[in-house]
Amino acid sequence: MKKKNMNNQNAVLAKDNDGMPVLKFLAEAIKPKGTFFTPFNMISLPIMVLGFVIIVIRFIKGIGAVTNLTQEVPWGLWIGFDVVTGVAFAGGAYVITFMVYILNMKKYHSIVRVTVLNGFLAYVFYAGALLLDLGRPWNVINPIIGNSFGVSSILFLVAWHFLLYMIAMLIEFSPTIAEWIGNQRARKILSGMTLAAVIFGITLSTLHQSGLGALYLMASEKIHPLWYSEFIPILFFVSSIFAGLSMVIFEGSISQKVFDSQISEKNHRSHDGILHGLSKICTVTLFIYFFLQVLTFVHGKHWDLLNSPMGYWYLTEMIGFVLLPMGLFFYSYRKQNIFLIKLAALITMIGVIINRLNVTVVGFRWDAAVHYFPSWMEIVVTLTVLFVEIWIFRWIVTRLPVLRDSPSWVKKQSSKL
Amino acid sequence: MNINRRNFLSVLGLTGVSLYTGEKLVAAQKIGNETEFYGVLYDSTRCVGCQGCESVCAEEHGLPEPAPDDVPVSGAVRKANENRRTVINVYNTSKGEVYVKNQCLHCNQPACDSACLTRAMSKTKEGPVIWNGEKCMGCRYCMVSCPFDVPKFEYHSSNPKIVKCNMCYDRVIEGKLPACVEACPAEALTFGTRRELIAEAHRRIINDPGLYYNKIYGESEAGGTGFLYLSPVPFEELGFNTTVQNRPYPELTKGFLYSVPSIFVLWPAVLLGIHKSVKNNNLEEEEYE
Ligand code: SF4
Ligand code: SF4
Repeated sequence: MKKKNMNNQNAVLAKDNDGMPVLKFLAEAIKPKGTFFTPFNMISLPIMVLGFVIIVIRFIKGIGAVTNLTQEVPWGLWIGFDVVTGVAFAGGAYVITFMVYILNMKKYHSIVRVTVLNGFLAYVFYAGALLLDLGRPWNVINPIIGNSFGVSSILFLVAWHFLLYMIAMLIEFSPTIAEWIGNQRARKILSGMTLAAVIFGITLSTLHQSGLGALYLMASEKIHPLWYSEFIPILFFVSSIFAGLSMVIFEGSISQKVFDSQISEKNHRSHDGILHGLSKICTVTLFIYFFLQVLTFVHGKHWDLLNSPMGYWYLTEMIGFVLLPMGLFFYSYRKQNIFLIKLAALITMIGVIINRLNVTVVGFRWDAAVHYFPSWMEIVVTLTVLFVEIWIFRWIVTRLPVLRDSPSWVKKQSSKL
Repeated sequence: MNINRRNFLSVLGLTGVSLYTGEKLVAAQKIGNETEFYGVLYDSTRCVGCQGCESVCAEEHGLPEPAPDDVPVSGAVRKANENRRTVINVYNTSKGEVYVKNQCLHCNQPACDSACLTRAMSKTKEGPVIWNGEKCMGCRYCMVSCPFDVPKFEYHSSNPKIVKCNMCYDRVIEGKLPACVEACPAEALTFGTRRELIAEAHRRIINDPGLYYNKIYGESEAGGTGFLYLSPVPFEELGFNTTVQNRPYPELTKGFLYSVPSIFVLWPAVLLGIHKSVKNNNLEEEEYE
């Protein structure tokens, strides 16, 4: 009886997939697509190989063999950039799902999948980069299996949220996988779970986006006073909104070109409208963020510090990378100028990188005699993480209906619901 | 619309309540803080800088013996590291050369303990703050959080440990003195309960106000520490971190942690509410069209 059932399922699976047998389907999936000798491949491949060598060295000889970390600066580029900045950029996933599934803004539906996929991969890789930074990674399960819960730790909260949010995003993305393997029933069940996953995911994101800032709350005297305040969590949360959306704009403009053939005529045309909408939201959130920064500054009463090198750097960040992109977003939204929107997104992204690094690396122990500067090996590993993510992203986009329209049976299924 | 507003108000109310209970919990913690912890009083007016404590510490914890030429020199700060848990430094002060011992201060409410997500770093009920290698995952968040930069990390090992003074916890629970306290020939180190030590320190200051600077470092720093210091000169002159706050460091994250449950309860409800109302609105619109 059981056996028959299984056969049946296989038969269904095979048939749904245009009659392709499972094995052939998998073989098809693994085969590389497109030309191999592209400039991107040629640059990224050697770096990735080098990166893997460095990672091996790191596990044999210890973290000190490849990084410039010191006893005073125990967290460097891998945490400050890969984890803290990477996760801010992945914020687009919760913002877009909020707009589409909670606010029912249908206009943005066509970018939900790619944004969630991006967010998911970002978490897997950037949060995964955390493992490289752990001295004793084999104990990473301790706070998860429950034999030692450090519930008063912000890092405990963040780690758990990473894990849960990855699961939530996987659920949000899973209907796409079901469409790909052609399993109608699974798709129906999985897409029924989307709303719950979205609500859970937004809640988790609110908490861990701010939680990443809260990680640094106890380092109150170690971070330069212009960047340290008890409001770091709120600032991190608000900035994750425009960080994520700028990433969506940036990634979208690249995907529109690179994956041109995947995108339907209709979605191509609607893309400009989406960018306009997003630039409006970016303007508003950047304004709120700037306002909060001003409040924080006034509250901290550090006027005297402005007239120092760190003070100039702070002003550069606030004016050049918050006010300027805010103005650009606003202007380009009024003038419907797509190029300027993309430019504003780029400046915003650089600004977010600068801000996160200022809190975590530049401003951390700014007064130390010896400053931390990442070693070239730390940078190569960071690039490796980035490139591996892009490779996998590309692999998925060229196979699954992420940018491409769903198979025709999906329409029938949803209209029946 | 009316109902929506009422919902909104009750949401606000709930937030208020959870914030209030948060405050209560903080208060309760403070009361729990009266336990009798053991600690050590270090009197720098007595210390002769013989580094005896350094040697016995290395011996006790299986660390390399300090090199014979590695002696305190004024002007150069020797730091504890993964190979030594305690160091003696000498400072040229307004009252001549003064020796200072450096090691973990065993805070009453340690930042490292509350930072640790695996409970590897923990304040024992006896007072010492200890590290457990079976739990630690090497994230170094304790190092980021400790206001005194105490925990050290073995950067050049594939099985790295967090290294810091544990006040000889194993000896303390056996009823013995910490190795350094036992070894000190000048009686610069005194072991006892924190309350006794503070009383003793005050007694010394009162008996010889000319000798001592009138302050016990650690009495209120970082919410109170297990290691307490007496000095002949202001503590800034001895390289002490005098910018530390007097409130316990874990309090800096309390507010955030207490807001977590309320967000977890409220957010999903609010989101679902918006979702429902927006959906209905849209349906209505479609009907009118
Ligand atoms: S001094 Fe640092 S390591 Fe020692 S107990 Fe306090 S916070 Fe922990
Ligand atoms: S390095 Fe180890 S002891 Fe320190 S916070 Fe991380 S898990 Fe805890």
